[in-house]
Amino acid sequence: MDIIDILFTASFWAAAIRIASPLIFATLGELICERAGVLNLGIEGIMVSGAFAGWMAVYSGTGLWVGVGVAMGVGMLFGLLHSTLTVPFGLSQHVVGLGVTLLATSSTYYAYRLALPEVTSPPKIVAFQPYEIPLLSDIPLLGPAVFSQTPLTYLAFVLVAVVGLVLYRTPLGLAVRAAGENPAAVAAQGLSVTAIRMGAVIIGSGLMAVGGAFLTMSAFDSFFFEMVNGRGWICIALVVFGSWRPGKAMLGAVLFAAFDALQIRVQQTSIGAQVPYQIFLMMPYILSILALVVMSRRAEVPAALMVPFNKGER
Amino acid sequence: MGTSVVEALTLDAITKRFGALTANDAVSLSLNEGEVVALLGENGAGKTTLMNILFGQYTADSGTVRVFGKTLPPGNSRAALDAGVGMVHQHFALADNLTVLENITLGVSSLLSPSAGQSAARDRIKALSQKYHLSVSPDARVGALTVGERQRVEILKALYRDVRILILDEPTAVLTPQETDDLFATLRLAIADGLSVIFISHKLHEVMAISDRVVVLRHGKITGGVRTADTDKHALATLMMGTEATPPEVSQSTPGPVLLKLDHVATPDVGNAPGLKSVSLSLHAGQIIGLAGVSGNGQAAIADVVGGLVKPAKGRIEIGGSEIDRWTPREAVKSGIARIPEDRHKTGTIADFDLTENAILERYGSTGFSKAGWLNWRGSRAFAEAIINKYDVRCPGADTPIRLLSGGNMQKLILGRVLEAAPQVILANQPVRGLDIGAVNYVHGQLLEARARGAAILLISEDLDEVMALSDVIHVIADGRLSPGFGRGRMTPAELGLWMAGQGFEIENAHAS
Repeated sequence: MDIIDILFTASFWAAAIRIASPLIFATLGELICERAGVLNLGIEGIMVSGAFAGWMAVYSGTGLWVGVGVAMGVGMLFGLLHSTLTVPFGLSQHVVGLGVTLLATSSTYYAYRLALPEVTSPPKIVAFQPYEIPLLSDIPLLGPAVFSQTPLTYLAFVLVAVVGLVLYRTPLGLAVRAAGENPAAVAAQGLSVTAIRMGAVIIGSGLMAVGGAFLTMSAFDSFFFEMVNGRGWICIALVVFGSWRPGKAMLGAVLFAAFDALQIRVQQTSIGAQVPYQIFLMMPYILSILALVVMSRRAEVPAALMVPFNKGER
Repeated sequence: MGTSVVEALTLDAITKRFGALTANDAVSLSLNEGEVVALLGENGAGKTTLMNILFGQYTADSGTVRVFGKTLPPGNSRAALDAGVGMVHQHFALADNLTVLENITLGVSSLLSPSAGQSAARDRIKALSQKYHLSVSPDARVGALTVGERQRVEILKALYRDVRILILDEPTAVLTPQETDDLFATLRLAIADGLSVIFISHKLHEVMAISDRVVVLRHGKITGGVRTADTDKHALATLMMGTEATPPEVSQSTPGPVLLKLDHVATPDVGNAPGLKSVSLSLHAGQIIGLAGVSGNGQAAIADVVGGLVKPAKGRIEIGGSEIDRWTPREAVKSGIARIPEDRHKTGTIADFDLTENAILERYGSTGFSKAGWLNWRGSRAFAEAIINKYDVRCPGADTPIRLLSGGNMQKLILGRVLEAAPQVILANQPVRGLDIGAVNYVHGQLLEARARGAAILLISEDLDEVMALSDVIHVIADGRLSPGFGRGRMTPAELGLWMAGQGFEIENAHAS
């Protein structure tokens, strides 16, 4: 099969959309944090905790959507920890973020061992199933690729629009963006920079955890160690790639996912058989770096990103 | 119309300390409705601190703020805004990447309300702009606006909220004279509508022009209050400084040998700023060369060349008669060139470093400050303390972060750092920008003393009065070209103004070719 042919199969695009979904959740989460001026490097660990928490809730007998809610709640708790340390205390966002990642990852693994001490292969749950949207799923190519996904995927794409609308069309979104541009301007208008930034980090962290939960509850049906596998770091890059805009970030996520879906398929072609498979595994990352180099030269960084704000200090 | 006076604002015994520094010491102040009170004081007198307490950005250690009879909760800007107090900060509180409309409407409607209501807001902003002659496009990005336009946005921000008391913190510091006149016209319109204003400034003529009453703050305490009609500039200056203000005497100079020479130096343009076009300039010992011109005409380029930041693309630099080929800031410092940079915050100091560290920034490698690669803190600290004493830098101590100092005191430290090195050449770029008269006279006096000692001084300033008062020879810079030198008193301001507008250079070029 030729590479060009692959690009015209519905299964390839369906895979790309599916792979993009967790990235979109987590990228939106990171984008909200950064728009308010806080870099959240806790993303990788928060995704791990969300993957486990959602799956474990469902395994313990709750419904799937309740599981998503549990994942979000756990993510928000880590967001509360992160924002308490970085916003009112003004600690280094790098150190706190990496600390949250380490804490969230290791406490998740610990919780897994506590909950399931005996198992060798992790148990499975009944995950979200694809839902074919009536009429739309009958469109050739597009139908099976886009409109035969799980509800969580649809939610991811709907959230892109929601986050975009909130950021650009509501007073709340304006306050979040202003907190990331010049917190002094926010304070001068009588708003609390602390409340806005903490709120953004908590909500954003919740979305990151849902991104993690997608892996165990929609993409797969079980929880493995290392299953998040650097997706959080990719999302940090996607925010830059998307120039801190939800729509562009979504395009970046789909692009990266398409590279990923493509490399698996190219491995199985006749050319692919002669090349070491590690080259293909590298491909999405190399292409992402190249795309990032091109795109981020014009990116507009929030001016107060990573700048703590202390009221009453000169 | 009633004749009874309504008290709009009362500050009662406000005290605020920053560490060992008492910025406000039991300050009481009142403002009546429709009145303009000028709060006058030197740099570092505590004016801004007082207003930040009023606006709820700082919390006072003691004392209360009452607005129309109601006591404001301390440290709460929202309460101040809701009570009708607006503030235009000296360093604008605007987000550059947002639009004018977004900056103005930020936080006005509840954060939980579903829509931003942009079109209604746009109409209201347009109506206010027209009524108060504050022309600015609601959809422009603030980052793309001029300083004057940004100030209009700040005032619109307050008017949009229907404030009844407006605090203006040194609003004219960054404005051109024309923009200042426009600002005053706008304020008079708003005052006629019942706005009460606190106008913070150290510029006496502006205080005389706009205020009904003047309150003087000195070293954190109220030292006087007079009706503007009953006083004059001279009396105000005396009140503000505690002594009479007299500009330093300027005597005739006797120029010595050439210490620094630029010979047909050219540099490339940087963005919109023109580079130098074949500029030749000689700095003689014991002489002040003034560089007049409208800002952005190559002053930055010439300062960068002299300071070693830029190597000329064409032409030569000679120091003490010999040509220099490696030209770096380090070479410049070693050659005895000291600089008072244009922007003391950005390029003059490091905000979070203390006074000692800032004092040795340019010369940490010299004897006395380090030995065999190790810093000599004892010597460095003694040096900083010597500057603090000799140049009257008001601060809690040499280990204070320099960001806590007022502009004038920061500038005195820089001046001390420059002069104590006994430099041969002094590059003084806007040495008194934003300083009050006392500090201005002090800096000018020190520059004249350096001249008497035999230093060559290049004075760059946008203030023609300053250039004409101090310079032995004046050059005008326009679009990167340098006029011939004019001796003291040879040119009237009007004649210099023509050169500043770019006239006269053609004839000069014709002579040269």
